[in-house]
Amino acid sequence: MHFDELIGHLGQHTVDGLSKGAIYALIALGYTLVYGVLRLINFAHSEVFMVGTFAVLILWNQLGVENNPPIGQAILFLVLGLLVAAVASGGTALALERIAYRPLRRKNAPPLIFLITAIGLSLVFVELFGQVLPKLLGGVLPAAFGRPRQIVGMPTIIQQETLFTIGNTAITNIQLIVLVAAVAMMALLDWFINRTRYGRGVRAVAQNPETAALMGVNQERVIMLIFVLGGIMAGAAALLWSMRFGFTQNSIGFVLGLKAFTAAVLGGIGNLRGALLGGLFLGIVEVYGATLFASNWEDVIAFVVLIVVLMFRPTGLLGESLGRARA
Amino acid sequence: MRRSYVRALSTAALAATLVVAAGCQDSGGGDGGTASGDCGGKIAIFGAFTGDNAGLVIPSLNGGKLAVKQFNEANPDCKVTLQEFDTQGDPAVATPFANQIAGDNSFLGVIGGHFSGESDATMPIYQAAGLAMVAPSATRTDLTQKGNTSFFRVVGNDGTQAGAVATYLKSQNAQKVFMIDDASAYGAGITDELGKQLGPLVVNKDKIQERQAQFDATISKIKAAQADYVFYGGYTREAAPLVKQMRAAGVQAKFVGPDGLYDPAFPEGASGGAEGAIITCPCLPADKAGGTFSADYQKEYGIAPGSYGAEGFDAAKIYLDAFKDGKKTRADILAYVKAYDKQGVSKYIKFDAKGDVDPTKVVIWAYQIKGTAIEPLQELKLS
Repeated sequence: MHFDELIGHLGQHTVDGLSKGAIYALIALGYTLVYGVLRLINFAHSEVFMVGTFAVLILWNQLGVENNPPIGQAILFLVLGLLVAAVASGGTALALERIAYRPLRRKNAPPLIFLITAIGLSLVFVELFGQVLPKLLGGVLPAAFGRPRQIVGMPTIIQQETLFTIGNTAITNIQLIVLVAAVAMMALLDWFINRTRYGRGVRAVAQNPETAALMGVNQERVIMLIFVLGGIMAGAAALLWSMRFGFTQNSIGFVLGLKAFTAAVLGGIGNLRGALLGGLFLGIVEVYGATLFASNWEDVIAFVVLIVVLMFRPTGLLGESLGRARA
Repeated sequence: MRRSYVRALSTAALAATLVVAAGCQDSGGGDGGTASGDCGGKIAIFGAFTGDNAGLVIPSLNGGKLAVKQFNEANPDCKVTLQEFDTQGDPAVATPFANQIAGDNSFLGVIGGHFSGESDATMPIYQAAGLAMVAPSATRTDLTQKGNTSFFRVVGNDGTQAGAVATYLKSQNAQKVFMIDDASAYGAGITDELGKQLGPLVVNKDKIQERQAQFDATISKIKAAQADYVFYGGYTREAAPLVKQMRAAGVQAKFVGPDGLYDPAFPEGASGGAEGAIITCPCLPADKAGGTFSADYQKEYGIAPGSYGAEGFDAAKIYLDAFKDGKKTRADILAYVKAYDKQGVSKYIKFDAKGDVDPTKVVIWAYQIKGTAIEPLQELKLS
């Protein structure tokens, strides 16, 4: 136990945890949106994120990006990366919906079938990017991509530097970008769901699909919309991930998806602001846990906290609701 | 109409994926037949041929395939087949394969495992089936100290390697060594051995877990300890992001790791962050291997043999010699391996009672990352 280390650098660990949790939160939005409307846990969402990281990898590779480009180019690469990742992830999420879930919905399949389909799709994507694509694209892309299932590195776009120091807490440029970008994306999504006509449709379907349909809301379009929105958020997470950690792998989504799903449940699944809170909370708890014990305890701590929270608040910190609460 | 089209397309995509995935499972080294005539037979090779740390293992697989190919060309009337089992380095995947191999009487010997965890998990199965195992790269010390009678390795163990690392660190005047391991059979094993040898030079420790991606907490601890050396016991998958994030966070400490990091994916996965990192390995640099091995390997695969190419070749060679000698049953082959006493391309191979090679014949090298290459630096003193 390293209490003095935790207390001595509490600010630093909190900032580290927040920037870690911000990425969880962005991915968690995808789970929460789909669950809020369809009552479906889209376990393939982790692969939507993974596809986004590969899109960024391929883009930067094709552009010939080197380590530490000049700042103007760096911003361009990041913006292009965001666009490409959003399109790739959003497109993947939409494809999942159209190819897998919609036919099941038409047949009124029971929820369990959706769940197992999601898990199956997730495996298909993992192996597609682990084995099939490296064989097909091995010659086009960097040599590292041709190694089935191994990690592939990406260039460092922005050199990590300490921006400012408060007490003994150093805040780096990367942490600030991750936090600001994640919160901005979430604010945008929150505004979209709560303030626009399309968002009203989403909330209506979440609340009561039949009534919404009677009121003239096109349910299928709403469902497509939430998959795409969740995908775009995962794409943004993929870009931030690529910028901060600079590597990807076919199985990268698995643990991250699990954590993001945990964050969604922690905050109250189906609740957008809950996903944000849950993600940030989970990130902080993990860093505290890793500091207090050893780093291999972080998952244990995270899930113990999840269980404890759910014991006292079974619907999560903010409660389940996309439609009901005015949120 | 349109719906069925979409469904047909998705089914086809799924089927294609499965076929490709299945195709990777068993691309045997020969025609898949069993022993023909009086001579020859079938051997199995298992290890992480794909997966997180495959770059470490593939040279050994290639070395084994090369030995079998050369043998079959030289002995057309003595056909040997090498069948691959890709465990991805996972003990849970290796175990059902072990049961399959043990239950199929056409298999007369096993090359593997390549990692300590998968070896540990499958040793009892092969022993019960009377099958010899010759491991090219499973280095955890206690694998040969559990009373198993069918496990042999053509590589030095981690005790020897840890001794060499300790000697190296002391010779570099290391004062504060921060030790990290991945809590795996291999990583924790070698890190503990090194810890014992370094004693008070170890300033602090941390354990991470497999597939971890973010190391903020570990890096804070390294900074707080003001370490001048970081030793990481584990494999490439976690080491590459760890060293990259360490460097990004401004940690200047030298990074040292054992043979688990000898994988081209390590420098590439860290995209520049691993520059200057030291890897120790009980494996020879390509040009130091005996005979024409390096040239043959280069000719066959178009690249120099990496980590354990020579060891994989030697492991296969033991079985090939046994077949050449007319051995046809598992028991005969096991006895033959036990009594093996010949010069291999990697080292002189003769097993002691426990299945280890003579520690004085083990050679440990330090390699250094330069760009995306892993270059030989110097041979290390064992103690």
